[in-house]
Amino acid sequence: MQDYGYLALFLLVSIAFAVFMLALPLLLRKLGISPYKPSKVKSSTVECGLETTGRSWVQFNPRYYFFALVAVALDVMLIFILPWALGIQEAGWQFFLGGAIFVAILLIAYIYAWRKGALQWK
Amino acid sequence: MNNWLISLDNSVGNFWLQFLIMAVFIIAFVMSSVIMFIWTERRVIARFQARLGPNRAGPFGLFQAIADTVKILTKEDIIPSLADRVLFWTAPAIAFIPTLMIMATIPFMNGFQMVDLNVGVLFISAVSAISAIGIFLSGVAGNNKYSLIGAMREIAQLISFEIPMVLSLASLVIACGSMSLTQIVAAQNVPNIILQPLGFVVFMVAILAEINRTPFDLVEADSELTCGFNTEYSGMKFALLYLTEYSEAVVGAALITTFFLGGWRGPFLPGIMWFVVKMIASFMFILWLRSTLPRLRIDQSMHLAWKGLLPLALVNLFVIALKNVFFPDLSLWISVPVYILVSVLVILLWAGFLRKGRKSLVV
Repeated sequence: MQDYGYLALFLLVSIAFAVFMLALPLLLRKLGISPYKPSKVKSSTVECGLETTGRSWVQFNPRYYFFALVAVALDVMLIFILPWALGIQEAGWQFFLGGAIFVAILLIAYIYAWRKGALQWK
Repeated sequence: MNNWLISLDNSVGNFWLQFLIMAVFIIAFVMSSVIMFIWTERRVIARFQARLGPNRAGPFGLFQAIADTVKILTKEDIIPSLADRVLFWTAPAIAFIPTLMIMATIPFMNGFQMVDLNVGVLFISAVSAISAIGIFLSGVAGNNKYSLIGAMREIAQLISFEIPMVLSLASLVIACGSMSLTQIVAAQNVPNIILQPLGFVVFMVAILAEINRTPFDLVEADSELTCGFNTEYSGMKFALLYLTEYSEAVVGAALITTFFLGGWRGPFLPGIMWFVVKMIASFMFILWLRSTLPRLRIDQSMHLAWKGLLPLALVNLFVIALKNVFFPDLSLWISVPVYILVSVLVILLWAGFLRKGRKSLVV
C-alpha cells in the first residue's frame, strides 16, 4: 500500500503544480504585468477571418464509430493478454494453447470486420 | 521497495524524506528536460533544414526557452466567448498531470525511483490514455470546428495505436516475466531492442502516434487545421499544452529507454548518466523521423495501425511466447539472428501483401 500512498501524494503535488501554472496569469493580471482588455472581436472564435456560423457541435463522420467498436473488442483482449503473458513462463504449454485459442477466436472477428470493410476509411 | 536510502534509519521520516526528494527530482527532471528538448529540437531541425535556428538569446540561443516563457507570461489571458469555461480551464491540467505520474514509476538509477509498482506496465498504459482525454477535452472546450476535428483525430489515434503498443509490451512481459519496470530493466542483460526487434519497431511507431509527434501529428496539423486542438488557446494555458506535448516526448523517450534500451544499465558511467544518454539518443531518433517523414493522412494512419501494426504485434507476441515456452534455454547466438531474420521477413511479406491488397482484396 505504501507504493500507492506515494502515487496519491504525488498526484496531489502534480495537481498543485498544474493549478499554480494556471493561476499564475491571474496573479500577473492583478499586479498589472499582463494586460486585460477584453473585446467582442478578440473573444470570438478563430475561423481564419470569416464569421463563425453556428456552434461547433456538429454531426461527425461515423467512420470513427466503427473503429471504436472494433477497438472495444480488441481492448478486452488486451486485458486478458497481460495476465496470460505474466504467467506463461511457469504455466507451460497448456496455458500457451489456451491463450492461442482465445486470440484465434478474436482474430476471426478481426478478419470478419476487415472483410466487411469496417477498417476501411471511406 | 526502494533501497537507495536504506542507510538511513528506518523511521517514519524516511517515507516523507524520500517522497520529498523524489517529487522535487521528478518535477525538476521533467521541466529541465522539456526546456532542453525544445531547444534541441529547434536547433537540430534547423540543421536538418539547412537553417540556423534560434541563436540570438544567449550563447547558441540557449536562453530562447526562457525568453519565450517570459513573453508568454506577459500575454493577455483570452477565453473565447463561446467556449465551455470549466473545460477550457481544466483540460490543460488534465493533459499535463498524467505525464508526471508516469515519470513517478520510471527507474532512473538502481533503486532511484519513486515507486516500483508490480503492475507498472498496466499503470503506464492506463495513465497515458488519460493524457489523451485531456487533449480531447481541450479540443472540445474551445468550441472551434478545427479544434473539434483535431480532438476526434486524437481519440481515433489513441484507440487505434494503443492496441499494438500494449501487445508489444505484453511480449516484453513474457520475456522478462514481470510487469514491474525495475524487473524489466533487471532482466535486460541484453537490451530488448536486440532480442525483440519487431516489438521495438511496433512500439516505436505506436508511441510516436500516442505522443502525437510527426509523422502522426494529425491532431495539430498546422497546415490543415490552423493549430488543431489548441487553436483557441493562448497565454499560460497554451504554454501548459505545449509543455504537455514536450513532457509526453520526455515520457516517450524514457519509456523507450526503459523498455528497449536497457534503462539505466551500462558500463563505466553511473546509472543516471546512462539513462539520460539513452533518452537523448531516442529523442534524437524521434527528431530524425520528424525531419524525414511527411505527415500521414488520417486514413493512412488508421490503416497503418489496424492493418499494419496490429498483425505484426500479434506475430511478435506469439513468436516470443513460443520461444519462451518451448525453447526457454535456447542460446542467444541462435535465437537473435533467427529472430532478426524472421522480423525482416514478416515486415517485408506483410508490406507486400498490403500493397497487393490495395488493388484486389477488400483492404
